[in-house]
Amino acid sequence: MTSEEILTKLIPIIAIYLPEDVQVSAIEQESNLTGELNINSAHLVDVVLDVEDAFDIEFANEDMEALHTVKDAIEIIQKKIK
Amino acid sequence: MKQRVVITGLGVVAPNGVGVPAFLNAIKKGESGITFQQKLKDLNFSCQVGGVPIISEAQKRAYFTPLQLRNFHSNGILYGVIAGMEALKDAGIHPALEKEDPLWNLGIVFGVATSGVEKFREAIYKLDDGDVRRLGSTAVIQTMASGVSAYLSGMIGAGNLVTTNSAACSTGAESILMGYERIVSGKATQMLCGSTGEDGPYVWGGFDAIKVITYKHNENPTQASRPLSATASGFVPGSGAGALLLESLDSAEKRGATIYAEVLGGSLNSGGQRLDGTMTAPNSTAVQKCIQDALADAGVDGKEIDYINGHLTATTKDSLEIENWSAALKRRGTDFPYINSLKGMIGHCLAASGSIETVSTILQMHHGFVFPNVNCEDLHPEIANLIASDRVPIKEVKTTLNVAAKASFGFGDVNACVIFRKK
Repeated sequence: MTSEEILTKLIPIIAIYLPEDVQVSAIEQESNLTGELNINSAHLVDVVLDVEDAFDIEFANEDMEALHTVKDAIEIIQKKIK
Repeated sequence: MKQRVVITGLGVVAPNGVGVPAFLNAIKKGESGITFQQKLKDLNFSCQVGGVPIISEAQKRAYFTPLQLRNFHSNGILYGVIAGMEALKDAGIHPALEKEDPLWNLGIVFGVATSGVEKFREAIYKLDDGDVRRLGSTAVIQTMASGVSAYLSGMIGAGNLVTTNSAACSTGAESILMGYERIVSGKATQMLCGSTGEDGPYVWGGFDAIKVITYKHNENPTQASRPLSATASGFVPGSGAGALLLESLDSAEKRGATIYAEVLGGSLNSGGQRLDGTMTAPNSTAVQKCIQDALADAGVDGKEIDYINGHLTATTKDSLEIENWSAALKRRGTDFPYINSLKGMIGHCLAASGSIETVSTILQMHHGFVFPNVNCEDLHPEIANLIASDRVPIKEVKTTLNVAAKASFGFGDVNACVIFRKK
């Protein structure tokens, strides 16, 4: 899967957790999930669970620690689905 | 200076009516909210009827965001939020804006017995499968006892004391007195008080097991809950939430708010499970003392009480409760105040009972009526010996109620009594 394909699949998952004042169009590769997209840090675990279901993979604790931006998510997913 | 406290907002989610207008209409007519519960039958419950509020998807979406409704399995929080937000709106109070300070002078005391039992069950199944990592973000906030207060606080921006009380079936009445005391002492100006109770087999199972709920009316649910009746055979479990916005008289007058009633005072005590009191039975000495202390705190004589909203669950203890009221007020026969029990219509909503029933008390005072005692055509002979039967109306009575008493009693031998005066 290319990073673009993963991003396309990722956007609707992330969109669910955006606060009301953040638009879906704000989701870019470099966006920081909690810092820029303002996703509640507690919801980050829900994003990960949804990603796991969508891509049939499992995040380790270390993956969670390394997850800050949309790009981080794409990289982790790419490694796991290989 | 001791602040006077008034009620300026009401909210309710009851098995026979969601929202104050629907609920008011239902209690005037004596409409039952008790229905057959297939789930209870499937699980071999003796009692297969219960009181469950009907909440539409549209009503849910009016109070919760789609994100909040994801993996949401806590009916207690659902009911409490709807009732609490209705009371706030009814009082004409606006939530704090997103980027502003919270409302420092508005607090919340919203009681529960248990929270998020369905959510907890779901979590336990995952945990036992070794899947703790898949619980998600909502397991804690929906199962913590203070979940309902926390959800309400987030929606309102409450900046004063935000907490949850728990005292079994006296929880609702207790929450009102806790909020009242906070305003009396000048520590808050407005307190959202209330309580919520969940429905379903996991909440009600323990009561079925100890045989305090009725098994005799599974085929005729609306006749199942029979407070004060000779044929009472145990309570019917119910659920829902009631909420009252308490406010200092000064603040209410300054805002030009509608004042429903004044909270004159009250009493909270415990029988200590001594004398005839046990974990599950009331100590009558303590019950009478609670009522008398409430009158003294309110500065009201027993003779002034026009109306009693009883605890009266439809167990064998109803006669004893009447005896205790009679002794505490020193009134009997035709001199006894009007008395009724909402439980005939909605069952025993446990932790939520005190707050829903207090909302019904305030509505009766405000609109000048006494709602009918449902399923009480056959008044218990022991009660008929103590008080005149017209004191237990089975049809709606239109009358002015100036001073009312509400009491709730709970497992653990705990008691609460609150005295109100019509405005």
